[in-house]
Amino acid sequence: MKVTDKDVAYVADLANLELTEEERACMLRDLNSILEYVARLSELDTDKVAPMAQVSDRYGKDKSDDEALQGSNRFAYAIREDIEHGLRPSLPHDVAVKNAPDTDGTFFEVPKVIER
Amino acid sequence: MPASTQLPALTIDDIRHAIAERQTSATALAHDFYTRIGKEDPEIGAFLTLCEDRALAQAARIDALAAAGKPLPPLAGVPIGIKDVMVTSGVRTTAGSKILDNFIPPYDCTAVARLEAAGAVILGKLNCDEFAMGSSTENSAYYPVHNPRDKSRVPGGSSGGSAAAVAAEMAVATLGSDTGGSIRQPASFCGVVGLKPTYGRVSRYGLIAFASSLDHIGPFAKTVKEVALLLRTIAGRDPMDSTSAEVPVPDYVAELETPVKGLKVGVAKEYFGAGLNPEVRAAVEAAIQKLAELGCEIVPVSLPHTEYAIPTYYIVATAEASANLARFDGVRYGFRVKAGTLSEMYKLTRDRGFGMEVKRRIMLGTYALSAGYYDAYYLKAQKVRTLLTRDFDEAFKKVDVIAAPTSPTPAFKLGEKVDDPLAMYLADIYTVTANLAGIPGISIPCGENHQKLPIGLQLFARHFDEATLLRVAHAYEQTAGYNHALLSGR
Repeated sequence: MKVTDKDVAYVADLANLELTEEERACMLRDLNSILEYVARLSELDTDKVAPMAQVSDRYGKDKSDDEALQGSNRFAYAIREDIEHGLRPSLPHDVAVKNAPDTDGTFFEVPKVIER
Repeated sequence: MPASTQLPALTIDDIRHAIAERQTSATALAHDFYTRIGKEDPEIGAFLTLCEDRALAQAARIDALAAAGKPLPPLAGVPIGIKDVMVTSGVRTTAGSKILDNFIPPYDCTAVARLEAAGAVILGKLNCDEFAMGSSTENSAYYPVHNPRDKSRVPGGSSGGSAAAVAAEMAVATLGSDTGGSIRQPASFCGVVGLKPTYGRVSRYGLIAFASSLDHIGPFAKTVKEVALLLRTIAGRDPMDSTSAEVPVPDYVAELETPVKGLKVGVAKEYFGAGLNPEVRAAVEAAIQKLAELGCEIVPVSLPHTEYAIPTYYIVATAEASANLARFDGVRYGFRVKAGTLSEMYKLTRDRGFGMEVKRRIMLGTYALSAGYYDAYYLKAQKVRTLLTRDFDEAFKKVDVIAAPTSPTPAFKLGEKVDDPLAMYLADIYTVTANLAGIPGISIPCGENHQKLPIGLQLFARHFDEATLLRVAHAYEQTAGYNHALLSGR
């Protein structure tokens, strides 16, 4: 699978990156060189191997049995009771907008999104 | 040595004792360190931002405790630096990027808050590769860091500022972050101790995310004992980070003196193959011999998927990064390029705000996650991650720790690898596996090459078994007589 100019333009668009001509050429070269190196992963037969998204999937589990790692139970340790009272306060409004490049004090301001 | 370098050479225990005995004050010490930073750092570049007001206010609190004869907290008056990927309330935090050049966070990272609660004095924020993406600190959008042992060389990365600040004695200890080796590799290059704890051991609340399933916070110091004390301070469940584990924190310092005799140390041939510098090999093999002399049993183990670790890592890490870095869009904080439309604003802000390596990784990660390539790259890498983790599961059925080099070479020259991303990625070949598996790893000095460049010994242990990891590292450090003081020529 060789990355083309068209792929670079498509992926840059997905990633919201406006690349210069020079950067596009550089990306084309580097992505191909890195993906060529990555291709060695296909040497491994992984048909029967479960994917691993999180290390914490494995804590306290029978590590020889990957089926035991599936499902929402693996995240049970991270789930807390619903809280109705005593919630932690959010950031005050003025603090939350303080770092904004453009704000009217209430909202973050951006160029108009919807054209008439 | 000139008198001015004597005080900063102190350890955490020395400082606490000296303040308690009123031989010095936290305030005087903070001033001494700022003087030293002013003198040394122009040639090293470890700090990006200093926070003198915050440091001196904390020092005054410690001095008031000492004056009142009250008990001092464990890190009382200890001058500490923080990698600039951890947010600090009211103190500029850049992640080494222009896109956050003017960002003043409204809250503190949990690890930083815990250090301060234990009495530490935060001196400032430390230089790093942009968003922690790099192995040499040359990807900082501000300036590169020079290795204090040889200023023509890199300090390693991405926590290069954190390692260099400890090595140059501009801070007694520092925090770094490690996503693929970013604590251990610079510790090795600069001749200091650096620990990446178990995934979930230390809260990441307030760590600017690079790759969430691989990111860790950990300490740097001159000795294993100090690293143990820092870990004890920052470790433990934090309700603000749901990935922080409900696992009790042992007293790592108290356990250091438990003898290591009878422990099994694994040695994997996959970590001693082609590409390993002969002087690094000799130093690490000599260190393993020392462990045998201490009564450890050396056991050959196999980690057969090691050669697939770098490609797996660079798919998983970049995929996660492409999602995490989507938030930097010029809307809520940071740098913005003004443009006529929202879409143009996003694209121009991100193009001008991010450096080349960050854009390269966002592109690679977006590509690996895009329709048609997800199964071939991202899903494949997640499956190989399972295989790499099983390698460690099998090995740790036979041994208590695994010994390996931290990096295949000592520190390389500034500029040597900047034009070849793949060559730079291979600098992490012995460190990324611990991030993929989530096991703890430490790098401690174990020798120097013929150019007096430090070499690091890396040790791994089972999940949440930092106590054994630190014990073995401490025992080695005591016998080896090979530590920061010797590297500095004291």
